[in-house]
Amino acid sequence: MKRTIITVVGKDTVGIIAKVCTYLANNRVNILDISQTIIQDYFNMMMIVDTGESQKEFDVISDELGQIGTEIGVIIKCQREEIFDSMHRI
Amino acid sequence: MINIYEVAETNQMIEKENLDVRTITLGINLLDCIDSDLEVLKKNIYDKITTVAKDLVKTGKEIEKKYAIPIVNKRISVTPIALVGGAACKSPEDFVEIAKTLDEAAKTTGVNFIGGYSALVAKGMTNAEELLIRSIPKALACTDRVCSSVNLASTKTGINMDAVKLMGEIIKETALETKDADSLGCAKLVVFCNAPDDNPFMAGAFHGVTEADAIINVGVSGPGVVKNALEKVRGESFEVLCETIKKTAFKITRVGQLVAKEASKKLGIPFGIIDLSLAPTPAVGDSVADILHEIGLEYAGAPGTTAALALLNDQVKKGGVMASSYVGGLSGAFIPVSEDQGMIKAVEIGALTLEKLEAMTCVCSVGLDMIAVPGDTKASTLSGIIADEMAIGMVNQKTTAVRIIPVIGKEVGDTVEFGGLLGYAPVMPVNGYSCEAFVNRGGRVPAPIHSFKN
Repeated sequence: MKRTIITVVGKDTVGIIAKVCTYLANNRVNILDISQTIIQDYFNMMMIVDTGESQKEFDVISDELGQIGTEIGVIIKCQREEIFDSMHRI
Repeated sequence: MINIYEVAETNQMIEKENLDVRTITLGINLLDCIDSDLEVLKKNIYDKITTVAKDLVKTGKEIEKKYAIPIVNKRISVTPIALVGGAACKSPEDFVEIAKTLDEAAKTTGVNFIGGYSALVAKGMTNAEELLIRSIPKALACTDRVCSSVNLASTKTGINMDAVKLMGEIIKETALETKDADSLGCAKLVVFCNAPDDNPFMAGAFHGVTEADAIINVGVSGPGVVKNALEKVRGESFEVLCETIKKTAFKITRVGQLVAKEASKKLGIPFGIIDLSLAPTPAVGDSVADILHEIGLEYAGAPGTTAALALLNDQVKKGGVMASSYVGGLSGAFIPVSEDQGMIKAVEIGALTLEKLEAMTCVCSVGLDMIAVPGDTKASTLSGIIADEMAIGMVNQKTTAVRIIPVIGKEVGDTVEFGGLLGYAPVMPVNGYSCEAFVNRGGRVPAPIHSFKN
């Protein structure tokens, strides 16, 4: 299992989750957890996903999601889970 | 499982508070390149560096992408060239040839600096070491990416005052050789007391002879992150202040540790150390002086600055050692003037003087760093400043350094622009009373009594 954290930050608008989820489904990326909240007036969504089954490399997924973000006016970022684990877990 | 607030906190640090990994520095041993023929030696050096470091920049970029954290610099450090070139170089010009080779290798591999044009002369100078030192002004003038360092003293051996005197002259000469670029050469030249073998930061990085054939050392950063964390505990007691710095340093260092391990795995080169230094940049908000301000000082340099810096330095280490198994290098807070917006401001308004900076170097890592002084400062005065700093390092059993730039043609009140990460600096006044008779005595200052621990 290759766990990746996808974050979406920006102004709330219709269809953000739908767009991202459609892309993930088409690329066989399994969603393990979704949460969302408003931090400092910005829409924040976080998904924990498993990219282990996907045909595409992490770089490609990251770039393509970034592109989708640009299209709908939000920032979408992909990061491997380890950076959060190492910073927040002893 | 990781929650959304933790993710948001990490990304806020990266996006808004300038959290980055300052440098991945690949240390490369060049002792196996030694040959008595200069041309063969140059070829060996070029080949070894460009082979071992061929994937360094690419790997750095891959890691950046994977974790979405900037890795600002990818650099190389090599075995002190005075040791490597001793058999082949019969003149300073021969050493300059090696500097050019290092520069070429740096450009081929895509790193922005290569360190190790160095000599370790804490107790005495060999012929080769003296030739290398005398070649420094030319070497730094005719290369772009080569950094030079000279270790002049240590707690174990005392201070080599002959070398201190020589380095005053060499710094002056380097300034003259690069006078058309605001004496930029001096920004790539540092002198040390107790220089560590595994420092990943420039200009003082070199690959010590105690190290393995190749090693990955990583320098973290994040003054902005510490400052932002401290904003939330304004007015609280020292206990709360210290706890906050410690926790933040822990988080920053863990990112460095992750990147170091990843780079080590990808490159197949062992991981050496994490350097815990809080390294500022000229970017607004990425300043150690701003942390001091947040701790409660109107400007860096105000009474209380040394105490605040001592506290900061100590807490950074305490948080950092918990986060990484191997900590080394310089590890502390850096206080360069030109690379720190808050320090520049403090100097400009007269809150921070050279003397106060010297006091601050007693309690933090490194020393007088990136300080511009008038171009007509005498070589002996530079040597006197160096000797003071070496004494602080020697007696306190810590690393100290001097990277001072006598900017040719500039006076107190002028500003010097170095560009990029080196920033800009106001030219600072220097105590003009002579120390010539002191510097000219010759010989060594003996090691202090508390160095005899056997």
